[in-house]
Amino acid sequence: MDNQTQAPHLAGVIGFFSDPHQLLHATEKVRDSSYKHFDAFTPYPVHGMDAAQGLKRSPLPFVTFAAGLTGCTLGFLLQYWTSVVDWPIIVGGKPFNSWPAFVPVMFECTILFAGLATVGAMFLLNGLPNHKRKSFDPRITRDQFALLIEAPVALEADRTEQFNESKAAEFLKSIGAKEVKSVYSEGWF
Amino acid sequence: MSTSTEVTTFKPEALVTGGKNYVNVNDDVSAPLERFPAKTWWICFIAAILAFSLGAVLAAQMFMDGLGVLGLNQPNGWGIFIVNFVFWVGIGHAGTLISAVLFLFRQKWRTAINRSAEAMTIFAVMTALLFPVIHTGRPWYAAIWLLPYPNQRHLWVNFRSPLLWDVFAVGTYFTISLTFWFVGLIPDLASIRDRAKNPIRKTIYTLLSLGWRGSNKNWSHYETTYMILAGLSTPLVLSVHSVVSFDFATSNVPGWHTTIFPPYFVAGAIFSGFAMVVTLLVIAREAFNLKSYITLNHLEKMNKIIMATGMVVGYAYSCEFFIAWYSGSPFERFAFINRAFGPYWWAYWIMVSCNVFIPQVFWFKKARTSIPVMFVVSLFVNIGMWFERFVIVVTSLHRDFLPSNWKYYVPTWYDWGITLGSFGWFFIWFLLFCRVLPVIAMAEVKGVMNLEEGDEKHDPSPLKEVPAHG
Repeated sequence: MDNQTQAPHLAGVIGFFSDPHQLLHATEKVRDSSYKHFDAFTPYPVHGMDAAQGLKRSPLPFVTFAAGLTGCTLGFLLQYWTSVVDWPIIVGGKPFNSWPAFVPVMFECTILFAGLATVGAMFLLNGLPNHKRKSFDPRITRDQFALLIEAPVALEADRTEQFNESKAAEFLKSIGAKEVKSVYSEGWF
Repeated sequence: MSTSTEVTTFKPEALVTGGKNYVNVNDDVSAPLERFPAKTWWICFIAAILAFSLGAVLAAQMFMDGLGVLGLNQPNGWGIFIVNFVFWVGIGHAGTLISAVLFLFRQKWRTAINRSAEAMTIFAVMTALLFPVIHTGRPWYAAIWLLPYPNQRHLWVNFRSPLLWDVFAVGTYFTISLTFWFVGLIPDLASIRDRAKNPIRKTIYTLLSLGWRGSNKNWSHYETTYMILAGLSTPLVLSVHSVVSFDFATSNVPGWHTTIFPPYFVAGAIFSGFAMVVTLLVIAREAFNLKSYITLNHLEKMNKIIMATGMVVGYAYSCEFFIAWYSGSPFERFAFINRAFGPYWWAYWIMVSCNVFIPQVFWFKKARTSIPVMFVVSLFVNIGMWFERFVIVVTSLHRDFLPSNWKYYVPTWYDWGITLGSFGWFFIWFLLFCRVLPVIAMAEVKGVMNLEEGDEKHDPSPLKEVPAHG
């Protein structure tokens, strides 16, 4: 944690590619290399990139399902408890537990919980919000496709020595990067 | 001269015209955000503020004097305010349809219009919510009494009432639409942040973009979220107007008590919403020079949907008449004959003309692709759909079972002034949106630019000279 107050540390070496195809193929090569920590940066989601990067499917649908189930149950319990337990009143000659009339509210609670929980979990997994994160390059959100080989984050102060900066740069160039630079970060991921 | 051996290939039309590249997308879409507003914008903005102020002053007067200043009477307990509520909620539905349903159907042309349509949804729901609340006459109570919370009266809300379902349906709809919209905005806000030069602007967009930097590990979760939200919004949007229609359909007033209401309301909502999108986009693409992105092709597709949903609505009108006759109930039969030929015949025929007859011009490609024609038709549809709600609310109420209880309903200028104010409120938000947020989803448009035929899945290349890939 002290690192954040110190000078920015080397985050890795980033290479720029002119189009998504090149990036896709370059990413596959990095995936099959000895570098274990790397990430692609693109202005829009490039299809096929998850496979090229060897990413697993996002676990978010499970969050949605669990939250939806919770919302549905809580929606029912709220209505059941208020209409049957806490203050039973006969409305329109219906039974206290007139569950068909509770369905619309249960449905809306399902959607509300599922939607908000999914977005919340996505923020958590992506480490958002984090306003200290800066773009590695302002062109990435415009038209550039980039590949970052990360310096392994270790607790030792001499971690930069374990990561051969120029070797990574060479490697990126060899797989087609037209421009390579080292990037520094204050607190990565 | 095609021979039998020749393979016919389908060449999709370009979604972005004018030979634009990724840099152009950012420059063109961000341009309105980065310059001082033009004179026309100020004129529109001031007009919107004046309209809203008029509505606000009249509403304040109404709170002091009571609802008697409105045209409401016995038996017309619901009037223009409820008409406006249903109208504005309906307008919102097109935004969700474009952003969620067309997304699930892989309609890539939606990328040009989804951002502004979703913005329209949010502002329309904000406008709609004003009406039931001020209609109580004591909005400061209504806003909290609608919610189930433990209170000193030891009473709960009535969960068996469709009016309470509305609170949950519209509340959820607003929350989820806002979330969906914001999630879609994050990458674009990062784009704006990265090109910002002014330090204040930079700070604001840095905070809004949450630290997005386009990492594919993030995109992976992001895309899953987007898909799930689209999947959740689709049944949600259908539920919202169904629940709004239950407000009427679960009562026993002839003309309201029909099972066709939920699908009929949803179709009408999509119809009116698409018309509003066309109205707004025809102006926006002109004002902000976005003709390469919101192309005539996109507008034509929307016009087709307008015509299709217009005919669904027309079918519902005739079906209602058939069922009224088929039911054998004299009250039902009277309600519908009275609707078309009674004292409010003019409202009924305005509705039918605007919603069923006028959109038929879209059978002709010339009309579908003509900006002036579609603009005028979209305005007529908006008027027609407002009258549809007027017909449903007023013609059913003004003559119910008991002739001694019949009365003609005439709105007062409080009704009209507050209605005008609601348009001012809506346009204040929409005009501000055009100034501070990108009106086109830049990241999404980049993903569908220059799609080569057969490439939908794996070819996101911006370049025409696509290298062979395997």
